[in-house]
Amino acid sequence: MQAILGNYLPVLIFGVISLIIACAMLGAALFCAKQKPYAEKNSPYECGFPAFEDARQLFDVRYYLVGILFTIFDLEMVFLFPWALTLSKIGMFGFFSMLAFLVVLTVGFIYEWCKGALEWD
Amino acid sequence: MEHFFLHTMVGSIILIVLKVLAVLVPLLIGVAYLTWIERKVLAAIMLRKGPNVVGPFGLLQPFADAVKMIFKETIIPAKANRVLFFIAPILGFSLSMLAWAVIPANDGWAVANLNIGILYLLAISSVSIYATLLAGWGSNSKYALLGAMRAAAQMISYELAMGLVIASVLLLVGSANLNDIVLAQRHVWFFLPMFPMFIIFFISCLAETNRPPFDFAVGESELVAGFFAEYSSMAFGLFFLAEYGNMILMSAIISILFLGGWLPPLDYVPFTWIPGPFWLIIKILICLFCFIWVRSAFPRYRYDQLMRLGWKVFLPFTLAWVVLTAGFMMATGIGIYGGAA
Repeated sequence: MQAILGNYLPVLIFGVISLIIACAMLGAALFCAKQKPYAEKNSPYECGFPAFEDARQLFDVRYYLVGILFTIFDLEMVFLFPWALTLSKIGMFGFFSMLAFLVVLTVGFIYEWCKGALEWD
Repeated sequence: MEHFFLHTMVGSIILIVLKVLAVLVPLLIGVAYLTWIERKVLAAIMLRKGPNVVGPFGLLQPFADAVKMIFKETIIPAKANRVLFFIAPILGFSLSMLAWAVIPANDGWAVANLNIGILYLLAISSVSIYATLLAGWGSNSKYALLGAMRAAAQMISYELAMGLVIASVLLLVGSANLNDIVLAQRHVWFFLPMFPMFIIFFISCLAETNRPPFDFAVGESELVAGFFAEYSSMAFGLFFLAEYGNMILMSAIISILFLGGWLPPLDYVPFTWIPGPFWLIIKILICLFCFIWVRSAFPRYRYDQLMRLGWKVFLPFTLAWVVLTAGFMMATGIGIYGGAA
């Protein structure tokens, strides 16, 4: 356990150093440049008009649908990875078990396709 | 001295910090010069001269740009969510740097030689979507929000294809360690037996990094600048650095998965004289040239075409390829390339 965590210590230090660099660069810009804000400059950009309404309004449900479909296939991928790594050890039984899973998944995928969940127009 | 660095807590931490800096400093300089290379290559393709005023051949241009960015005013939109507005560029930049912790430049030369290095890279690239989303949501502007929505949908769609391509490579290698993946290519680089996967991975990388022809998130002609429309000064600079850092990172991943990482093309004398890191850099530069070449040669794709390509072409094809590879391995005997497992 200690050894495994020790492997990740460089990652932690790497993260801290890159965070410090990012904050330093932002801070340098805030510190060096003269800040002169006024209402027109700070208004959200909308091709020169004052913004008509709040930007956070309704958006297309298809983005949500893509998110859900992604979750399904991403889980499947996470399931595929350990299988791919150990295929030489689990042999024919492991291979056909995964094949059965993928067949079920493919049926679902074909259903989505036919229902038009993958259409974007 | 050796005892201090290897056997005491403070010493080993100092050693790690030095290693991290040995990766980050060349990387940041590389990112700065990638902007110069891109402008020069684009200029050469368009028969222009490109930057040539600041320094010889315009070589000091990246530093001039950096100084200019630092001395620009940081504009915070009145309606923006200030905390999210500043977290987004910091997150984006740090993540694009953080992924480099596991990239091996030579046999065993990685800051962190994780046994699940490739999963770590996938995780980092997934989290970096948050930087884009937070930027779009935090700046509370229509262009930014639209750009962020598009970028997120595009990136998650292509991540599936990338994940499946990686799974098919893992099948051949039998290990998720990046070092093992490179060493498994001693006899043949994976881009030969897996050529279709190589092409799909390259195209997915273009989509993941929001590069043309898939630059819908930025779409200058419609969304102005997409998710960073409201950013100025160094906050914009951080997004810019993150984008180019991600480009180099993706090129490094392509080199490691398909082009044999630090391995020379042939294991004979004139090639083995050049040390491994130089081979990796040469391969990364070739990939980067292709990224820039694609940008100059192709018009922007259409968003529905992009989604169709990701979901209806790449996803079924890569899934079928994973099954085919596994079936081939089961039929012909295990580990055709002598994997580590």
